[in-house]
Amino acid sequence: MSILQELTNRDQVFEFLTPAQSPVDVRHGPILYLEDVNVSFDGFKAINNLNLTIDDGELRCIIGPNGAGKTTMMDIITGKTRPDTGSVWFGSRHNLLNLSEPDIATLGIGRKFQKPTVFEALTVFENLELAMAADKRVFPTLTALMKPEYRDRIDEVLEMIGLKALRQALAGILSHGQKQWLEIGMLLMQKPRLLLVDEPVAGMTEQEMERTAELLTSLAGKQSVVVVEHDMGFVRSIARKVTVLHQGSVLAEGSMDQVSNHPEVIKVYLGEEA
Amino acid sequence: MGISRLLSHLLCACLLCYAGFSQAQVEDTEAQKLLTALAESSFAQKKAVVNQIAESGDERARGWLESFSSNKLARVESSGQFIIVLENRGRDWTVESALTGENLGDMSRRDIDTVRVNNALRNEIEGILSVIDLKSPDEANRLSAARALKGSVEGTLAERLPELIDAEQSMSVQAALTEALAIFNVEEQGDVAAVATLAGSLNSQARAALQQAMRSDNAELAAAATDAMASIEQKLKLNRAAETLYFGLSLGSVLMLAAIGLAITFGVMGVINMAHGELIMLGAYTTWGMQQLLPGQPGLALILSIPAGFLVSALAGIAIERTVIQHLKGRPLETLLATFGVSLILQQLVRTVISPLNRTVITPDWMSGSVMINEALSLTLNRLYVIGFALVVFAGLMLIMRKTRLGLEVRAVTQNRAMARSMGIKATRVDILTFALGSGVAGLAGVALSQITNVGPNLGQSYIIDSFMVVVFGGVGSLWGTLLAGMTLGTINQLLEPWAGAVLAKIMVLVFIILFIQKRPRGLFPQKGRAAEG
Amino acid sequence: MWLTRPLQERSTRIFLGVLFASLVIVSVLHVFMPQDSALHVSAYTVTLLGKYLCYALLAVAVDLVWGYLGILSLGHGAFFALGGYAMGMYLMRQIGDRGVYGDPTLPDFMVFLNWQELPWYWLGFDMPWFAFIMVLLVPGILALVFGFLAFRSRVTGVYLSIITQALTFALMLAFFRNEMGLGGNNGLTDFKDMLGFDLRTDATRLGLFIATGVALAMGYVICRGIVTSKLGRVSIACRDAEARTRFLGYRVERVQLFVFVVSAMLAGVAGALYVPQVGIINPSEFSPLFSIEVVVWVALGGRATLYGAVIGAILVNYGKTVFTGIMPDAWLFALGGLFVLVTVFLPKGIAGLLFKPKKAKVADNTPPEQEATA
Repeated sequence: MSILQELTNRDQVFEFLTPAQSPVDVRHGPILYLEDVNVSFDGFKAINNLNLTIDDGELRCIIGPNGAGKTTMMDIITGKTRPDTGSVWFGSRHNLLNLSEPDIATLGIGRKFQKPTVFEALTVFENLELAMAADKRVFPTLTALMKPEYRDRIDEVLEMIGLKALRQALAGILSHGQKQWLEIGMLLMQKPRLLLVDEPVAGMTEQEMERTAELLTSLAGKQSVVVVEHDMGFVRSIARKVTVLHQGSVLAEGSMDQVSNHPEVIKVYLGEEA
Repeated sequence: MGISRLLSHLLCACLLCYAGFSQAQVEDTEAQKLLTALAESSFAQKKAVVNQIAESGDERARGWLESFSSNKLARVESSGQFIIVLENRGRDWTVESALTGENLGDMSRRDIDTVRVNNALRNEIEGILSVIDLKSPDEANRLSAARALKGSVEGTLAERLPELIDAEQSMSVQAALTEALAIFNVEEQGDVAAVATLAGSLNSQARAALQQAMRSDNAELAAAATDAMASIEQKLKLNRAAETLYFGLSLGSVLMLAAIGLAITFGVMGVINMAHGELIMLGAYTTWGMQQLLPGQPGLALILSIPAGFLVSALAGIAIERTVIQHLKGRPLETLLATFGVSLILQQLVRTVISPLNRTVITPDWMSGSVMINEALSLTLNRLYVIGFALVVFAGLMLIMRKTRLGLEVRAVTQNRAMARSMGIKATRVDILTFALGSGVAGLAGVALSQITNVGPNLGQSYIIDSFMVVVFGGVGSLWGTLLAGMTLGTINQLLEPWAGAVLAKIMVLVFIILFIQKRPRGLFPQKGRAAEG
Repeated sequence: MWLTRPLQERSTRIFLGVLFASLVIVSVLHVFMPQDSALHVSAYTVTLLGKYLCYALLAVAVDLVWGYLGILSLGHGAFFALGGYAMGMYLMRQIGDRGVYGDPTLPDFMVFLNWQELPWYWLGFDMPWFAFIMVLLVPGILALVFGFLAFRSRVTGVYLSIITQALTFALMLAFFRNEMGLGGNNGLTDFKDMLGFDLRTDATRLGLFIATGVALAMGYVICRGIVTSKLGRVSIACRDAEARTRFLGYRVERVQLFVFVVSAMLAGVAGALYVPQVGIINPSEFSPLFSIEVVVWVALGGRATLYGAVIGAILVNYGKTVFTGIMPDAWLFALGGLFVLVTVFLPKGIAGLLFKPKKAKVADNTPPEQEATA
């Protein structure tokens, strides 16, 4: 009967029909708030009283050993996982816990997965076309036409990610690093306010890594970027502010130097790395 | 202790036999005299003779009276010899001697004088026979006689019952007799006190008597009967509930047996084996084959079928895994289609090689019949065995999964195939063994099913969708989930059946599961673990 | 316009050309060739071909959801049968008082079962327009409700396949019941005429055959229109990486629902055209075996090509006609073998074998690792 109730009672259903177009409210500074968030899987506390704030236009790096809860945190922000307790706000207007994944994406949060996920049966161009900010409801999508300005936009991004020559190639044949870039390109097509980037340089050469660092730092300011990365060199090269996660909560926060001198951090994380 | 008692029984029996022999001659003249009296006296006198015969203590008295009351006691006109007619159709009747029991072959019916009887005598004899039975030394005989009396007590017998009740040693016989008397008293006498005796009875005659009493003009009697009836209805309801539960559990264990192999293969390999139903069918046909190999020993054949059925289906399963499934790794939908093809082939194979018709699998004696819990509830034995068998299989699987190396590896592969492989577990070997195990269990299910349903080429098809429903409902890869889901679905089905009918009940269960999946897409017991991203 | 886009495609033009040419050739051979000519196509053959075309349309509908959306529906036979029943009910009402019992309103089986009046759901079926709308609406609404529930809770993959199978099985059991008021076991049959045309005349049969061909062409163009639109690419995206699609802002469940409903309606139309040609509709069309057989037609022809589905449907059914004529026992062996061989050795079907497309749209259906383990 609860299905019926949802159908009849929840006005939320009708909200779906008109996607939330209201701009993100960042007058108070931060674009993302996570407050007292807790998640557990089968008694295992993946996220433990996590508090995190990301400022508008900030480039934030998040590091932490395996199992620190980095990916789970992204799952929570993008609506994939619902926290047991706590609140997650996008700006000071949108409660993300009430929204579904597509809603959150439409609001302006883009995510790159840890494992590069692109549509392998589609061409590079089509991948970007699908990602493009547009009316993504069913009928508008069915009748959508490729306009010249869209083509320009896609070409622009293709240029940025260096895949112009491969625009008609199937995404499935790309190398690992190229897939990573394509996915970042898809993020850019979405024109998000906040980019969540999970391990962007895994499987990349030094050169590719440098270009990625350039790309990400150039985005900061216009957009907020959260990067989760294992590669310390890469983090050092882009980081302004670093957050260390450990066992599901924030262990330390500050500049790379501050963090790497933090005794706790050395103990749980850098100690192992060094 | 046991042996000495046995010996003493034997001794007694010998002594009795000896006594019987030595007196035989004397008694036979006595018997001849009594029967002659029966044949020759008037109806009015016959009553006394009947009683004389009954009290003679002769072992054959029961037979004589029975045949007399059914017009089968007769006298050969020429010799005056008394005979019992065995077969009285046609011109020549088959007869035996009333005294010696010796078969005398066929005799023309013209040569025979039937000893005549009337309805008054019949009633009298019925009562007398009951008394004879009630005096039988064997408690079981007395009990069944006492039970048979319920609702058929006659006036003369009713007079004698109180004394028989007092003399009775066995509590249960006594209770049955008391109830029989009470039914008579309520029905014929309108005895209010007797109503109380019937209050808890589950006997249908007792209910009939009470129902009659409820309509009585005697207000007191009607009220008492109404009360008694209410308490009986309550009890009956409980019994019906127990019966439904029993049927539900029995259907549930069948479903569980059919599904649990599927739960294993589906859970471990992510493989939908549409040929699972046909592996069940192979198990059932193995039972049939065993019984053909061992004619006359259905019980032994059935027991041997348990390992044989397991083996046959397990081997078939391995063959399917090696030839089809291993080529379709990671393509679950294609596996589904390919195994469906295999199921068609297996079905047609059975139709062509054996027969398109159903085969009869014999149920051994020790599995037929039923256990009577009380007069309103009896449990059929074969279903009881199936429930037990299902639980044993379940426990066995549980042990394998929890206590053996294979179980450990299977669980590891289920949770994370890539990780298990990197730990040195040969995933391929685990796949084969798992598939063999799951298929073997399907074979066991077939052996069990052969005892409660028709064995035919379509056997598997009729269970496959149900099995899938059980697996989906219970949660893939969870043995406990499968057990609970099987039992729940079985019980729900049986609960719905009385008021919805079998077909509608099935439809409702299917719709229920389709809706349930909406709420819990991973079943009752979803496989847990840190959600992999993607 | 998304519907006209396919008409500019070469492959669609070839398909439509071959289809219409076949329609014309068969019609000409049927009408103008003398009966005793070797080239004469008998009315029986025309109807048989019409039946194949119905199956082809059904296969196209299945390919739309399976090939492009990754949803293996084992219950499309149900939509086919529901469309067929809607048409059957219209044809039943057209019989009027020409039934065995001569009752002006009640169909024969209702008179036989001693029903006193027409059940409410039969009302309106005496009007062809109403019946034709129901042909679309009944399967469509079932697909809408079922799909809404299933996709909303993200039931996909083998789970979805199993519950679609359960759905058609439940419907089969339901339609077998006399109480359904749809003819029970025997279904609906003894049709006399349709839109005033006598169903037993050769002309009507030819007309139905051509109508089926046109319906197939339209169904093909609609499907092609969808798959070549941006929505088609989103469908492929949903098929290959559902979660990713969601994070791009697409409502995956809506996309799935839309395509599923369109597919169910096409299946309904196929069923509706099937019934007047074979002259009967009964619950066996709901049998899970039939639905899964449809899937193998598509698999044989080649998934995610649409024309492959047409090839597969016609080939397998032709094979079935031949086999059941020569040695009926062997048909199930052949069909079973076909299932195994196609999935193991011919994953891209005949289409994949014949045409090596420049841009291989048929992705290996291997789900990403995380989906297999999740």
